[in-house]
Amino acid sequence: MRWLAAVLLSVILAGLLAAAWIAPASYSEQFREDPNGRASAAHPLGTDGLGRDRLSRTLYGGRLSIVCAPAAALVAGLLAMGLALMGGLCGARVSRAISGMADLCLSLPWIFALLAARAALPLNASPMFTVGVTFALLGLLGWAGPCRMMLAAVKRHRRSEFVLLAHANGCSRWRIAVAQIAPNLLPLAFAQFLVTVPAFLLAEANLGLLGLGVPEPLPSLGGMLRELENVSAIPSHPLVLAPAALLFVIVSCFHLLVSADEYSV
Amino acid sequence: MNSRRLLASLLFSVLPLTAQWGGELRFCLHSEPRSLHPALADDDASETVRYLTGGVLLRVNRATQQLEPELAKSWKVTEGGRTIVFELRDGVTFSDGTPFTADDVAHTMQVLMDPALHSATGDSFRSGTGAVKTTVRGKCQVTVTFPEAVAGLARLFDQVAILSKSSPLKERATLGPFRIAEHKPGSYLLLERNPNYWKMEGGRRLPYLDRVRLDILQNRELELLRFKQGQVHFISGIDPELFAQLDGGRARDAGPSLEGEMMWFNMNPGAPIPAPRKAWFASQNFRRAVSHAIRRDDLCRVVYRGHASPGVGPFSAANRVWFAQRLAPHAFDLAEAKRLLALDGFRLDGRTLYDRSRIPVEFSLVTNSGNRARERIAAMLQQDLAALGIKLNVVTLDFPSLIERITKSFQYEACLLGLVNVDLDPNGQMNVWLSSSATHQWNPSQKTPATPWEAEIDRLMRQQASSVDDRKRKAAFDRVQQIAWEQAPFLYLVNKNALAAISPALRNVAPTVLRPQVVWNVERLWIAQ
Repeated sequence: MRWLAAVLLSVILAGLLAAAWIAPASYSEQFREDPNGRASAAHPLGTDGLGRDRLSRTLYGGRLSIVCAPAAALVAGLLAMGLALMGGLCGARVSRAISGMADLCLSLPWIFALLAARAALPLNASPMFTVGVTFALLGLLGWAGPCRMMLAAVKRHRRSEFVLLAHANGCSRWRIAVAQIAPNLLPLAFAQFLVTVPAFLLAEANLGLLGLGVPEPLPSLGGMLRELENVSAIPSHPLVLAPAALLFVIVSCFHLLVSADEYSV
Repeated sequence: MNSRRLLASLLFSVLPLTAQWGGELRFCLHSEPRSLHPALADDDASETVRYLTGGVLLRVNRATQQLEPELAKSWKVTEGGRTIVFELRDGVTFSDGTPFTADDVAHTMQVLMDPALHSATGDSFRSGTGAVKTTVRGKCQVTVTFPEAVAGLARLFDQVAILSKSSPLKERATLGPFRIAEHKPGSYLLLERNPNYWKMEGGRRLPYLDRVRLDILQNRELELLRFKQGQVHFISGIDPELFAQLDGGRARDAGPSLEGEMMWFNMNPGAPIPAPRKAWFASQNFRRAVSHAIRRDDLCRVVYRGHASPGVGPFSAANRVWFAQRLAPHAFDLAEAKRLLALDGFRLDGRTLYDRSRIPVEFSLVTNSGNRARERIAAMLQQDLAALGIKLNVVTLDFPSLIERITKSFQYEACLLGLVNVDLDPNGQMNVWLSSSATHQWNPSQKTPATPWEAEIDRLMRQQASSVDDRKRKAAFDRVQQIAWEQAPFLYLVNKNALAAISPALRNVAPTVLRPQVVWNVERLWIAQ
């Protein structure tokens, strides 16, 4: 199934990156004569409540999410790996301090940090800047879970023979971290990356549902999910499910990729 | 067969049916009532409970908007609005059998005006320093004297539920059609008929209904689902999107409500925003140009699915007395908008508008997150203003952050918010219009009026508040509305309609735009079995 997920994800990614050529209209143009329009030749997925082309918004919104979520996951992963190496190699006190920070970070209601950061942003910040800050915060706040996993792995590797040999040969602590342990952490880091990407995609969707996601007129999958708030209208306008379906497929692909035996921990 | 059924249903709906006694009316409150004490009601849920249970001396008829006698047979306002004399009905008793007398009215006023109680209803009567005096003459006459004249005095008594002075049940003894039977906080409130209610119909005491069950439910989707399943009899203030899902027989549009949406610019000279923007916002031409660039008809049609009308002023057409009939909404007119901007030295270059210092015109509009209609309006304003070359940045904030910005830090440029008029009288808006007020949104807490037109509004508002001559008051407030229309400190966008979903089983229903929309005549509502 892994290859199928990879192919599907590649096709989706290619489609989203080609949004400028595929999209039938601008994502922000309001066709006010046709709000909540049904599928037509001009609007294959119909229009949203303001008459904006849903296909165009899904493509651009998907592109934004699929670029920003992995970028945030990369930030979280690098931060987690750095802290895990530090914790594993700098002694018990540092290790305990990092574990404690991770526990604290996991227990804190991070949504309030996002709300506060959003409220503190300059009012005339561009939508792209706001998106960047939101995902950067997600990345900075998402290190704790992967870090605990990696810290345990670093501690395990520290007692392994190849590390003892490197130590006996006079390698410095940082050389051991970079040359000996880090390469062995990569499969675990990749698995954590694949788990974190869908988590961030869903986090953005949650923020979108609160109206605090990507600002207008930029579309995002999370923001588009707000159309589903009117549950009873879905049977008459099933195309509002399109962004949710795309999000479901992307998240499922990531989960299929991570479930492969090769990356099991 | 179909035509017979159609004929039968037509006859059923046209022919008057005999009212049926008994039954339970069920509907939802969207929050827990903050207080069940009638003097402390200051939220929608508490006020609904007070309306259903409390007996008042005078009642504003929600359909005609005229003041009518209830527990008072007659009343007279004297001394230029300082004093009101009530002649009370005789033979009325509270729900527990305690007789209703003038002493109860005096007691109610005493409780209401007690500063320790912090009653919002009592605050509306405060006209100056000094005590409120009540003089009781016999069982049925009472005079209430205020330290200074209170404008619209008689109408304020619509909110005053009379409390019993001598009943052991205290505020739970009611004079209204119902009394509280059961309250499960967070879940429901059950009201049962007041066996001693004073209104009669065909020799029997009203109300027709035996009970009213108010389920506390915040989720409007779930409320609609319950309505469709017949678990609740009506929904008032329903969202246009949900309203569109109802069939014609259940959907009721009572016309423009008193609620609307408006935007304003931050004109506070001390606000921490760039100086060029302050200059734009202070310009009448700029504000009017923005207003003329807005397609209000589109807002009504797209956001509210046609169940709204373009906003024109502080009161919508729903307010029959104070609505300014002669004013029309600022029309969509891009040519006029460009002309007004040109007068102030603005120039359109390509797709961007520049001021006379070649600064591109761009500003932010803050609104609260989570309000779908408001977010849509903001997105539409973005496109409308782009046609003028203005870049509008929409910023949605959580409500506390938004309030902090517009009332304390003033770190905002323009704001989009709703307008809820509970009070039909302009005195309810004194705090908005007086330049010295902390809630004079565009430039609050001014030591002296910043502009001649604000000074004129101050003068006119004080003039109408101190007058008891309705014609003079109307003329003064019409002039206030005219100035607001010309100067555009608020850009009134839309007035949404009062929408309701009503079960066909509920009879005698005549939804109004005033709260409580559907149950304003609860004593005469009945359920067809």
